[in-house]
Amino acid sequence: MQTKSTFKKICVTVIWGWLLIFALVPAALMLITSFLTPDSNDIVSFHLTFDNYTQLFNPAYLRILLQSLYLAFSCTALCLLIGYPFAFIIARSTSKHRSLFLLLVIIPFWTSSLIRTYAIMALIKAKGIINTVLLAIGIVHHPLPMLYTYSAILLGCVYDFLPFMILPLYANIEKLNPELIEAARDLGAGRIRTLCKIILPLTSAGIMAGTLLVFLPAMTMFYIPVLLGGAKNLLLGNLIENQFLAANNWPVGAAISMIITLFMCGMIFFYWRNSLSKDRSNFEELV
Amino acid sequence: MKLNRLIKYSYPAFVYLFLYFPILIIVVFSFNDTSRSLVWKGFTTQWYTELFRDTNLLSVTGHSLIIGVLAATIATAIGTIAAVSLFRYRFWGKKLLHGLLFVMIVTPEIVMGIALLLLYSSLDLPLGFWSLLLAHITLCIPFVTITVYSRITTLDKAIFEAARDLGATDFTIFSKIIIPLLSPSIIAGWLLSFTLSLDDVITSYFVSGPSFSILPLKVYAMVRLGIKPEINALCTLLLILTLLIIISAQFALYKNSGKKHAKK
Repeated sequence: MQTKSTFKKICVTVIWGWLLIFALVPAALMLITSFLTPDSNDIVSFHLTFDNYTQLFNPAYLRILLQSLYLAFSCTALCLLIGYPFAFIIARSTSKHRSLFLLLVIIPFWTSSLIRTYAIMALIKAKGIINTVLLAIGIVHHPLPMLYTYSAILLGCVYDFLPFMILPLYANIEKLNPELIEAARDLGAGRIRTLCKIILPLTSAGIMAGTLLVFLPAMTMFYIPVLLGGAKNLLLGNLIENQFLAANNWPVGAAISMIITLFMCGMIFFYWRNSLSKDRSNFEELV
Repeated sequence: MKLNRLIKYSYPAFVYLFLYFPILIIVVFSFNDTSRSLVWKGFTTQWYTELFRDTNLLSVTGHSLIIGVLAATIATAIGTIAAVSLFRYRFWGKKLLHGLLFVMIVTPEIVMGIALLLLYSSLDLPLGFWSLLLAHITLCIPFVTITVYSRITTLDKAIFEAARDLGATDFTIFSKIIIPLLSPSIIAGWLLSFTLSLDDVITSYFVSGPSFSILPLKVYAMVRLGIKPEINALCTLLLILTLLIIISAQFALYKNSGKKHAKK
């Protein structure tokens, strides 16, 4: 009996100890730092202030915040629009190759998004493959300026995060009972009504999980704007990077991160409230 | 009805094309015998040999492999312990632990990066090998836990009761029953952690110092300078490595679930 409780104690201590030191304490430090005063000699000085948050209301920061929200929103909407029908077709296909179809989504899910962003760069640059083809066919006479535009950032985000939307959707749609759809149709519901009243509500947990995995990174991914936007269109991620590594204003950087964390908490709360407790496991089937 | 079928097959094909075409371009042009245009000038492996002559790149790759192996191993140990504890024991803060691991997965990496940077700077830990290793372990733990946990729930709890009735201690049950039964998903967790560590740019960007750089940061520095055939070659090698690791991980998991179905 003694060994039993000892082993359990060791296990629980190890995992809680690690997460306490490397997850909870850092999070607390971030919260505290966001209320401290920046100091040129010592990084921060211990004077409590709300200035770091009120500063965020200056128009330059607000514009970046709104731009990031707008980009994250468009990216999530596009991923959902492209990913949902795709996940639906794959998850309900009866093909014996279904696990291969799934594997082909899992591979880009785990592939470095930096390399995938680089691939988009190569695709759309002035002498890239698209322009070369367009020029050769004669559709355009000058290379289209595609790289270093807002659309390039959006394309990069959609390309990078599409698998993050598809996988949770797939896991969720796969569990959808097809008899429910049949029943709805038998009872006289049209296609659109079946979709809106049966399919979408039943897969809402998957939609929320996908949104969580796409929206937040899209807002904070600092190298996509650098590589594809030519650093013209700054986003929240670039702002944080800048405050920490260039401007040396850690408290403001921490405050921006706190705003993002608040967003995240809101979305997680919404996700947990809207998914039945058993549906939470859908997340665990992700990998 | 025919149109319906056409959409059903061509739409996924279109999405797969979107996902894979840009990557394929990189792979194909890493063998192109010209450094400038995107016109095909013939096959060459010149760019690959150049990579292997770049001593800085090789040493950075060495750093990444060391960090990757250590981080994956330690994260797999801790993540597995977490999954087993969540499954078998009742303890204080169990629900909180579950929630925390979930939150860590959805936390944007940049937030985790600066939070760890704040920790290191308040502890006066210099940025380098240890800061990167600890960050990568932390990054990987939740992924190992969900990978192992999703398989642990398929185990029959009666096995543990039988073992205990026969006099096995908790540790014996863990080492002789749980680990062997879960080994495929533990291997998969290790492989996924290794990939995560090898690819991580954002967190590493904040917690690395000039004295110790790793491959993803080197790739980022190179990529910022534009499209070059050497980078195509390097990315191709990394893509192939990721591909092999992910397929092995999926194979391990798939074999495991295959057994589960056979039992039913």
